[in-house]
Amino acid sequence: MTVLIGQSFTGISIGAVLLLIALGLSLTFGQMGVINMAHGEFIMSGAYTTYVLQQHLTDAGTSLLLALPAAFAVAGTLGIVLERTLIRRLYTRPLDTLLVTWGVSLLLQQLARDIFGAPNVQTSTPGWLTGRITLFGGEHPVTLSHARLFILTLAVAAVVALTLTLRLTPLGRRIRAVVQHRELAEASGIATARVDRTTFFIGSGLAGVAGVALTLVGPIGPTMGTNIIIDAFLVVVVGGIGRLRGAVVAAFALGVLQALVEYSTTVSLAKVTVLIAIVAFLQWRPQGISTVRTRSLA
Amino acid sequence: MTRSRLLPLAGFALTAVALFAVAPAVLSDFRLSLLARYLCFAIVAVGIALAWGRGGMLTLGQGLFFGLGGYAMAMHLKLADAGPDGLPDFMLLYGTGGELPWWWEPFRSPVFALAAVLVLPMTLAALIGFLVFRRRVRGAYFAILSQALAAAFALLLIGQQATTGGTNGLTNFQGFFGFALADPLNKRMVYFVIAAALLAVLLITRQLFHSRYGELLVAVRDSEERVRFLGYDPALVKLAAYTVSAGMAGLAGALFVPAVGIISPALIGIVPSIQFVIGAAIGGRASLAGAALGAIAVAWAQTTLSEEFPAAWTYFQAGLFIAVIAFLPGGLASLRHHLTRRRTRATRPRPPTGTPAAEGAPA
Repeated sequence: MTVLIGQSFTGISIGAVLLLIALGLSLTFGQMGVINMAHGEFIMSGAYTTYVLQQHLTDAGTSLLLALPAAFAVAGTLGIVLERTLIRRLYTRPLDTLLVTWGVSLLLQQLARDIFGAPNVQTSTPGWLTGRITLFGGEHPVTLSHARLFILTLAVAAVVALTLTLRLTPLGRRIRAVVQHRELAEASGIATARVDRTTFFIGSGLAGVAGVALTLVGPIGPTMGTNIIIDAFLVVVVGGIGRLRGAVVAAFALGVLQALVEYSTTVSLAKVTVLIAIVAFLQWRPQGISTVRTRSLA
Repeated sequence: MTRSRLLPLAGFALTAVALFAVAPAVLSDFRLSLLARYLCFAIVAVGIALAWGRGGMLTLGQGLFFGLGGYAMAMHLKLADAGPDGLPDFMLLYGTGGELPWWWEPFRSPVFALAAVLVLPMTLAALIGFLVFRRRVRGAYFAILSQALAAAFALLLIGQQATTGGTNGLTNFQGFFGFALADPLNKRMVYFVIAAALLAVLLITRQLFHSRYGELLVAVRDSEERVRFLGYDPALVKLAAYTVSAGMAGLAGALFVPAVGIISPALIGIVPSIQFVIGAAIGGRASLAGAALGAIAVAWAQTTLSEEFPAAWTYFQAGLFIAVIAFLPGGLASLRHHLTRRRTRATRPRPPTGTPAAEGAPA
């Protein structure tokens, strides 16, 4: 029993990482129907921002905290540049956007390789994140490392901040209007192009924050984006577009499923099982867990 | 015979001459084996032209089917090398307890292995397609799912090192249905087999493109709902194209094994799967010649340029890819179309503005 609980906690911490990397994606995909394959490289930019800050500041704690806003700005700026130069031109061709942004991700990977070198780099974890807390003692103790707890907190904070922004601010109201009905929003006087740009900034910025979090659990390298982007997309596919709630549920569900299957088999088998579960789930709900209801046929 | 029918026929004959007469005469054995490898990619690209160019299904996971075909062939070659009752060399190394896993056993039979090369990928594609298209999962959702499948397959192979060779894959083949692969003459034979396969695949796909089915496929791509309202089942139409393209990828994978001498997870994961699409996209997604030539050109450039200038090549490839997709979605094959259209627009006098209906209207 405690083993199951332990694996569930592992699953929740996997889910927190998934949620962080998928949150921005869900936002941009939901609003613009645009799949941004360079999202993984935006995450990478956040991770490298943390690395650079730590090189200059040396103190791991302050540099990590400073990296959060810095990475948000760096990745967000990259996002705006991408939106202005390429994605804006391709709104009517979503599949081509997917391919173009994949080309961009290739460029960014090579750029990272040229600047920071091909081998992975490491950041040091600040002292206050190195310990573990014990949830249950006994024969199979259930522990949670501080770093994982930090990521969980960060994920929850990001969701809360985003929800509040969407619910309470004028910007959030405009974003929701565009998600629900683009033409009508435009007809009501909302500058949809400007809203798109802002959404893209926020979505990409969240990728940067996710990158900061990832430095705590793994190495930083030019190809780190490729490995996580698919998981992030699966969260979005299962969660459904246009609503944060779906992404949250999907991230934790996939995380826990992954952890539970992983415990009884292997990591690779767990990945395959999760994927089969996703295809089966889409039989039941092709639009994902929650979605904005429209009357369109698509 | 009209010009529109003569032109592709001439192109086809030209390709046949180039592949069967010119290339073997001009190229060294080494270059020819490289060309054989590119031709395998071209076969995959033709399948992508069918599924994506004509059917609108952006399949980012052709590596899955390429891998299934490749591993089916490689398993048979390994077992044939080991002789009756023998174990493939890598299994002795990792130790499976001297037992051949049950799912390896049927691949001893050459007939089974050859059938599996096509049947395995096509069955899997039909199953996936049935589940996915029937529920109207499409567009980006389908692209991501197909990519995830390829990634999961590669992971699965890596995880089962004792029975699949893991990251190293299956390699070091001695014979190919009784012919020693070390013999350059037999290498040439493999090249000819691949060239013939490419020509056959091109012929079949051209027939498909110009059949009523091909028209229906394009209609589904352009307006799925309208086709549904006309009484067709778009899911079945897409399913057929996806299955055939999977079969082509499987065939290419199987031929890749004797030509290159290895199949491994690194050749079928996410990145190679997208590489397949890049060639087709740059050449021209909806054009047979464009997709095939694009795949060959990109693969050639990859081997020649990436060795000398790895960084510059990545920038160039990514830049070209972005530029083509963003500004020339039909690929380089559509350049001719763009140019001729511009010319005719410039020379031909503008049509009279008054339409017959307007003229015939009562004054």
